[in-house]
Amino acid sequence: MRGPGRWAVLLALVVLAVVMIFPFLIVGMNAVKSPAEYSSQGPLSLPDGLYLQGIVDFWNRVEFGTKLWNSLLISASVSVLAVVLSVLNAYALGIGRVQGRVWILALFLVANTLPQEALAYPLYYLAKGVGLYDTQLSVIIVMTAIQAAFGTYLLSAVLGQFPKEILEAAAIDGAGRLRSLWRIVVPISRPTINVLLIFFFIWTWNEFFLPLIFLISNDTQTVPVALGVLQGEKYMDATMSSASALLGVVPAIAFFLIFQRTLTRGVTVGAIK
Amino acid sequence: MSVRTSGRRGYWLYLIPSLLLFLAVIVVPFLMNVGASFTRWSGVGTPRWIGLDNYTRLLADERFWESFQHNVGLIVAMAVVPTMIGLVLAAALFDYIGKRFGARTASALRAMYYLPQVLPVAVAGVVWGWMLHPSYGAVNQIFGLDLDWLGDPDLALATVMGVMVWFQLGYPVVIFMAGLQRVDPSYYEAAEIDGASWWAKFWHITIPQIRPEIFVVLLTCTIAALKVFGPIFVLTRGGPGNATMVPSYFSYLNFFQKSNVGYGSAIATVLALIIVVVTFLFLRVQERES
Repeated sequence: MRGPGRWAVLLALVVLAVVMIFPFLIVGMNAVKSPAEYSSQGPLSLPDGLYLQGIVDFWNRVEFGTKLWNSLLISASVSVLAVVLSVLNAYALGIGRVQGRVWILALFLVANTLPQEALAYPLYYLAKGVGLYDTQLSVIIVMTAIQAAFGTYLLSAVLGQFPKEILEAAAIDGAGRLRSLWRIVVPISRPTINVLLIFFFIWTWNEFFLPLIFLISNDTQTVPVALGVLQGEKYMDATMSSASALLGVVPAIAFFLIFQRTLTRGVTVGAIK
Repeated sequence: MSVRTSGRRGYWLYLIPSLLLFLAVIVVPFLMNVGASFTRWSGVGTPRWIGLDNYTRLLADERFWESFQHNVGLIVAMAVVPTMIGLVLAAALFDYIGKRFGARTASALRAMYYLPQVLPVAVAGVVWGWMLHPSYGAVNQIFGLDLDWLGDPDLALATVMGVMVWFQLGYPVVIFMAGLQRVDPSYYEAAEIDGASWWAKFWHITIPQIRPEIFVVLLTCTIAALKVFGPIFVLTRGGPGNATMVPSYFSYLNFFQKSNVGYGSAIATVLALIIVVVTFLFLRVQERES
């Protein structure tokens, strides 16, 4: 294909790309319109000016700062804890090759694919029993277990190919197991560990079902839960809806821009292993 | 103490924290869920053992069967369609745009396709709920229509499916483009010398070469479609009527709104069983292929 043909292919792909990002553009455009402007001009017109009161009002109304902090606290805790557990497990399974490792790995894999609905009610019941219901800690504990299941699976495959000579040399020099893990295995596996950290962070941030069940009060809710629960409510008008959409979209785009490289690399690492 | 002389037993210690956590958070709750599925229980008081009653009730429950049919629709929207479109897009970006307009153009387009994937799925639902609003939404304005996309029982499932295609598309594109990087360029060169068309190369080289990636994408997206909850909760809450009911939302409804914990547990158990079987079958087929 040459001449106009090649441009036609490019044009088609660009049009599709515009369709894909159109919701982002239109959310941004309408979140800065005043209610009067929205009702007279509709959602498609370019904004006259920068009207930020709608976003400020929505922010205060839902105490968005609190939700951001909850999401941040939960996601950061889960990603660190789940990575630590994944590393410990993968050390035992990938390098230690403990007996029954195939079965243990299968157990972790099944745990990761189980629908959360099949755990939800008992977890809810148990959390109430031990007084953890409606606390961020309850979500941190449950999500750590679920993410660590995936991390173990992925890291065990990576550590299974770890060069044994390095560890044997360290052992001859008198390094114990814990020391070898900390000083040799972890630093060398840094790239994969970083990918896992970022993935756990974003997956936990995006999680909806479990936080919806556990976090019912205003002080504990995460960003997606707060926005998702509000969605159905009657008092949301057009400008408020677009403000809420914008506040949900912005952190996600920020993570995307910050982590873009690791993300694209990570998606593919996760897929092939 | 050397790795060899101390044997393998000591490594067990490293598994203990996880195994304890797993027992408390996954194994015990799952067994409790299965146990509850054989009872009538409102969530308070003592569960009453009723054997297989919940399961026989499920088999006769029209809502349950409908919810599984909707799942099939969502598998089409979340796994089948994105995989097919994703294959064409990845191939076009990789060996057409990348070669003729530069790798930068290709990766910029790839990033735009991938963008919806970074959103929490509930937030994607919020965005589309607003765009599809019957009176003030952008979609009706653009096309000059007057449709109640999510409120019309004949339209709601198709609308949700459309939103899910938008949401999922970027994932296969990224994975397939990565897979294409390991394909030996000499295959394409040989085909070009033979005068093969773009379509012939796509069909006879691209697709067979990235089979493992296609498997992984189909498996992970099918599981995601079976589990789908967030977009249903945010967009339609299963309605109007039952038009977009899915098993995960149906079990949630029984747990937390109808206080039918036993029945909800039975639905969740069946869903878990189906997911495990699907995973097993996929892995089996993949093993046989390679």
